[in-house]
Amino acid sequence: MAEITYREALNQALSEEISRDSNVVLMGEEVAQFKGSYKVSEGLLEEFGPERIIDTPISEAAFSGLAVGAAMMGMRPVVEFMFWSFSYVAFDQIFNNAASVRYMSGGLVNVPIVFRGPANGGTNVGATHSHTPENFAANTPGLKVICPSTPADAKGMMKAAIRDNDPVCVMENTILYNLKGEVPEDENFIIPLGKARIALEGNDLSIIAHGRSVQVALQVAETLEEKHGVSAEVLDLRSIRPLDLEAILETVKKTNRVLLVEENKPFCGVDAQIAYLIQEHAFDHLDAPVKRISAIDVPQAYSKELENFQIPNHDRVLAKAMELL
Amino acid sequence: MESIYHDADIQKGDAPTKASPTAVPLPNETDFSAVSINHSLEAEEKIRFFSQMLRIRRFEERSLRAYQQGHIGGFLHLYIGQEAVAVGSVSVMSQDDHVITAYRDHGHAIAVGMEMDECMAELYGKKTGCSKGKGGSMHFFAPDKNFWGGHGIVGGQTPLGLGMAYALKTKGTKGACLCFMGDGATNQGSFYESLNLASLWNLPVIYVIENNGYSMGTSESRHSAGEPLARRGEAFDIDWSVHQGHDLYEVRSAIHNALSRAREKSRPSVLEIVTYRYRGHSVADPDQTYRSKEEIEEYKENKDPINLFRDKLLKEGVLTDDKIKALDKAAKDEAEASAEFALASPFPDVSELMDDVYWETDNPEEKSSSGTIFFESSR
Repeated sequence: MAEITYREALNQALSEEISRDSNVVLMGEEVAQFKGSYKVSEGLLEEFGPERIIDTPISEAAFSGLAVGAAMMGMRPVVEFMFWSFSYVAFDQIFNNAASVRYMSGGLVNVPIVFRGPANGGTNVGATHSHTPENFAANTPGLKVICPSTPADAKGMMKAAIRDNDPVCVMENTILYNLKGEVPEDENFIIPLGKARIALEGNDLSIIAHGRSVQVALQVAETLEEKHGVSAEVLDLRSIRPLDLEAILETVKKTNRVLLVEENKPFCGVDAQIAYLIQEHAFDHLDAPVKRISAIDVPQAYSKELENFQIPNHDRVLAKAMELL
Repeated sequence: MESIYHDADIQKGDAPTKASPTAVPLPNETDFSAVSINHSLEAEEKIRFFSQMLRIRRFEERSLRAYQQGHIGGFLHLYIGQEAVAVGSVSVMSQDDHVITAYRDHGHAIAVGMEMDECMAELYGKKTGCSKGKGGSMHFFAPDKNFWGGHGIVGGQTPLGLGMAYALKTKGTKGACLCFMGDGATNQGSFYESLNLASLWNLPVIYVIENNGYSMGTSESRHSAGEPLARRGEAFDIDWSVHQGHDLYEVRSAIHNALSRAREKSRPSVLEIVTYRYRGHSVADPDQTYRSKEEIEEYKENKDPINLFRDKLLKEGVLTDDKIKALDKAAKDEAEASAEFALASPFPDVSELMDDVYWETDNPEEKSSSGTIFFESSR
């Protein structure tokens, strides 16, 4: 198995699926000639030409809606948002149109589309570029939402998303783009949506996370093991909707103590729902209240000092984990 | 660029008319019955268009009664007064052309061939409705008839229509997308973004602004700077023109020319079709605060699209009074029957509430994902 970056894994997934299905196109700002703002689409223009790898103007509402319209007629567009934050000016197209057309048409019209791009803080770009809208999207029936945290997941889940017949929002992470990991080269390597992954086995505490928070959780688990002799299990949700509730309950029943970590803001964040589900379905298995670490509840701060404290960092997560033991 | 008024059938000297609700009829209207697309019409076709307009009107009147009787909830945006726009437009489409529209969609739905029964049942929220009672008045769909909705957010369908044109072009189909919208939608940003891409990418989309003079209760003079509205296409090098929507022949001529432009040159158009709605924005609209009764009466009297077409056909000897009576009775009977059908139809069962959300949950044998997709609150 080759070791490649998260960015290269996404690139492979796109390349393979664009080759495989003539209905798949990639469109967005700077995806073609510029090779992608984060170079995710590097080389694709040369490989597939400008009919399949399409530069758009800075016009999210139009190109998102265009892609939804094309999907309604059977194409399978992949729409790149330079940042998911920019999708906010295309909200109507994603949340009213892509999400609801199937239902409003009584199942007559499908919308096989992928909206993808980075959705994370921690890069010192201030409030308008650091949104993590996986909770908004997951709150909307009709949409699917995934947050891959490793290169292998990035590839396998992106391929699954493109082959999916429903709209899928893929929330990537700019800080993960350079993360390296082993990724199968098999063109049929697919990771089905809705399947969580035990990132680390443990017995004393479950840390449940998604996106880059999984990497933070793994670092904290290492510290817990080395400095405190505590064995933490880390569950990577991978997919927010559909959600692997079974895997969540399994780890809760195993360790009886749960810490939820996410970059979402706390109020109505993804982990608010997870906490609810745990108390609903595994109340008797809890030895302590469910705890959460989210981004601190203010607009994303610019200053590095502030932002590094704001997002779930090693020290804040570790301190909260210690409260549970 | 030079002023674009491409309708070759319009005589020189005709300027775009001001799209004002109080505009009076043009002094010298062009006789659009003479243009080739209309001149070649068989009597039967003309009767069919007349009948379609009547059917839309009788359907709308019957749905209004059903609303007043409490059978229909929510919003009901009636198309009465605008019938020639939908019927005229659809009448010149080929089988490769597609339609998408806004929430005032009943007229377009019937014009593309949807049955009154499925439409009325949808209004009643019944299982036999075109969207199984899940879409309602604003969200009719019939993809098998190239009709892609029925969209509730003002202007929200303008990028979708663009995408349909893009898909048609990408797949090498010689079709175009007619994207209907109201005058109010011309002030939404998504419309301008769509115009830019339509022109930049040479997409065969036709934006048909059905200018009924009011954006809900706000008249054009209070909602839009610059006139006519269609001229906004000029900023994007898009051919535009303004037409009278009470004349079915003129609508046919305008849409035919735009479709030809789309088909032959893969170029978009913006057509403003000046029309009028007799009822309020929706039936919940008191309709007295922003326009006068006299204004409405003047339109009914002088510019009613059905009456004007009726008179033309009487003059042409295509219709007789008896034939008109028979067609009207048939339309009323059909509308009445659709109301009976809707009333007698069952409501969808609550067990069907979660169907039609995801393709995957409706096709479990082909499902590839796992996990929980629907989340229940505590029961």
